[in-house]
Amino acid sequence: MSKILIRGAKVLGGEPQDVLIDGQTIAQVGTGLPAEGAEVVEAGGKVLLPGLVDLHTHLREPGREDSETVLTGTRAAASGGYTTVFAMANTFPVADTAGVVEQVWRLGKESGYCDVQPIGAVTVGLKGAKLAELGAMHESAAGVTVFSDDGKCVHDAVIMRRALEYVKAFGGVVAQHAQEPRLTEGAQMNEGVVSAELGLGGWPAVAEESIIARDVLLAEHVGSRVHICHLSTAGSVEIVRWAKSRGIDVTAEVTPHHLLLTDELVRSYNPVYKVNPPLRTERDVMALREALADGTIDIVATDHAPHPHEDKDCEWAAAAMGMVGLETALSVVQETMVDTGLLDWAGVADRMSFTPARIGRAAGQGRPVSAGEPANLTLVDTAYRGRVDPAGFASRSRNTPYEGRELPGRVTHTWLRGKATLVDGKLT
Amino acid sequence: MQRHLISAADLTRDDAVLILDTAEEMARVADRPIKKLPTLRGRTVVNLFFEDSTRTRISFEAAEKRLSADVINFTAKGSSVSKGESLKDTAQTLEAMGVDAVVIRHGASGAPYRLATSGWIDAAVINAGDGTHQHPTQALLDAFTMRRRLVGRDAGLGKDLDGRRITIVGDVLHSRVARSNVDLLHTLGAEVTLVAPPTLLPVGVETWPCEVSYDLDSTLPKSDAVMMLRVQRERMNAAFFPTEREYSRRYGLDGDRMARMPEHAIVMHPGPMVRGMEITAEVADSDRCTVVEQVTNGVSIRMAVLYLLLGGNEPAVTHARTTEEK
Repeated sequence: MSKILIRGAKVLGGEPQDVLIDGQTIAQVGTGLPAEGAEVVEAGGKVLLPGLVDLHTHLREPGREDSETVLTGTRAAASGGYTTVFAMANTFPVADTAGVVEQVWRLGKESGYCDVQPIGAVTVGLKGAKLAELGAMHESAAGVTVFSDDGKCVHDAVIMRRALEYVKAFGGVVAQHAQEPRLTEGAQMNEGVVSAELGLGGWPAVAEESIIARDVLLAEHVGSRVHICHLSTAGSVEIVRWAKSRGIDVTAEVTPHHLLLTDELVRSYNPVYKVNPPLRTERDVMALREALADGTIDIVATDHAPHPHEDKDCEWAAAAMGMVGLETALSVVQETMVDTGLLDWAGVADRMSFTPARIGRAAGQGRPVSAGEPANLTLVDTAYRGRVDPAGFASRSRNTPYEGRELPGRVTHTWLRGKATLVDGKLT
Repeated sequence: MQRHLISAADLTRDDAVLILDTAEEMARVADRPIKKLPTLRGRTVVNLFFEDSTRTRISFEAAEKRLSADVINFTAKGSSVSKGESLKDTAQTLEAMGVDAVVIRHGASGAPYRLATSGWIDAAVINAGDGTHQHPTQALLDAFTMRRRLVGRDAGLGKDLDGRRITIVGDVLHSRVARSNVDLLHTLGAEVTLVAPPTLLPVGVETWPCEVSYDLDSTLPKSDAVMMLRVQRERMNAAFFPTEREYSRRYGLDGDRMARMPEHAIVMHPGPMVRGMEITAEVADSDRCTVVEQVTNGVSIRMAVLYLLLGGNEPAVTHARTTEEK
């Protein structure tokens, strides 16, 4: 097998070290490692992280191959430094049977750019009424452990309770999209000062917070773990903090865009800023950053949501919700968390690799950068600053809110079990 | 003046006064035997209406015709829009036919802003009402009506509404008329009070440049003008208020309440009125109610806006009037 020597990389932001990859595994980590027989990658002080793990990606296949496929989505993932993505279930058909999750899993294997771990729907057709065959999806080749109706909330308290209980049998977790449906009928953006002025239907924070409050109490009652998708408000942070202090087994994620952008941007009526949950206020953004730093929020997940151009090149109300995120996530996290001093690179490795892999039970992913571990690695040029140019995206879609914005950091190399998927910023 | 008219909030005090003064000039045209000016001869204006509207569309059409513009009326029903065509394609198709201005009414808040700022078309865009966002020409015709009644037709020229107390009553939450009026009346120096049940006020209203009250009776004696907003009966089904009768009792304007208003105070309504709901027939038909006047003034205001956005620097009326008055 081929050997690769990564020379002079700051492992998790520490002192420069050499990392020797032999085949699929990290053979050695140290200084002055011999280069004989190895291809040498001069890291020159770049930061080496474990391959990133995204617990919340929309790959759109099957059904919406016009916006993304498993192949283009995993190429985008490799570009962004990811070695695993969890593919959300809201495809056409919905990933609510063993057949569909196995199809997505197989397409992931064939792509070769990163591991694809399908997420199964909690309820049949995401309709919130009848449990999908969760056990069958778990026992399938795809080995599903994360279940979510993402895009829709499991709003019925009894269905949610049963799902939380049922998946305990095989160590599964329900990832809740917290959105009380009645409070968000016709909702278009965060409800507040800006929505009042713009005349866009308000999406109150309480619609998210009330579901989170209910679900942590349900999880406590039935002794299950629960994961909260894309938490977006200061109030949600308070509830999760309280739940954790009570010992409730809850984990939570935040998206890069909720760490950076606010509802003030909606004044442009540009649907590139239309997303679910909506962009909130500056106060919420600051609370989310603080919560990610202190561990109340466990992980960053992209909620990468590709949409074709025509679904955003229209009036606000007609536009689709969501933004692509895989190829800008690490840059946004550096901008909002690292360069602000809130988190060091070891912290980034924890929030974007170790912990998401642990929540999703992704075997061989989110492992330490040390000898004997699988060589899933990401090399980041943290000194880089540049403007985001969607034309260079590997994703099939371009709906990024960061077009033209200057952001720090650039992933130059990604290795998936020792195989380079990204070299000098170019996909292999 | 800007190139488009999207929001009443975009108008400075001087812009607004200029429009009101120009509208007074335009109003004189209506008093002539031939109610037509050559100002926009050879220019094409499209009325792009994605939402049902009779009075606003007809008002714009009358204004455009009085300025001698070529008028194209486009309504969404039965058009390519109902077959799934996008706003962008519709607008580009119309512009390809040589359109100088687009008057747009759309159910989606922000649609006119998108049309004006997305690089889809080059024509001037005039917002004729978008979702629950803005309806700037309505606010202008309301301000015009107030200035005439409260300051005076000739005495008002060059003046704003400094210190006038305006009360707006009803479904503020779903009203583009309320939003536009709060913006414009504030710019013109008026003191605005919104009166509504708390369910029909948006979260965030506390940052608007106006007062908010839940009590109509205490507000009426301090009002120079009371504007009643239409309240759709269906709102009752979404629990915004318990019953039509309860709404009417608490927030409707009847003869008794009107009697508590100062002698000079006027009653306004953007129409269409729901008689028996927010306003009784007695009030609607009284001579203190300016609803019909507002319709007349709407044509003058829309002429003024079209002229100022499209007519350039040529005087609109002065020249024609001097020749005629000889």
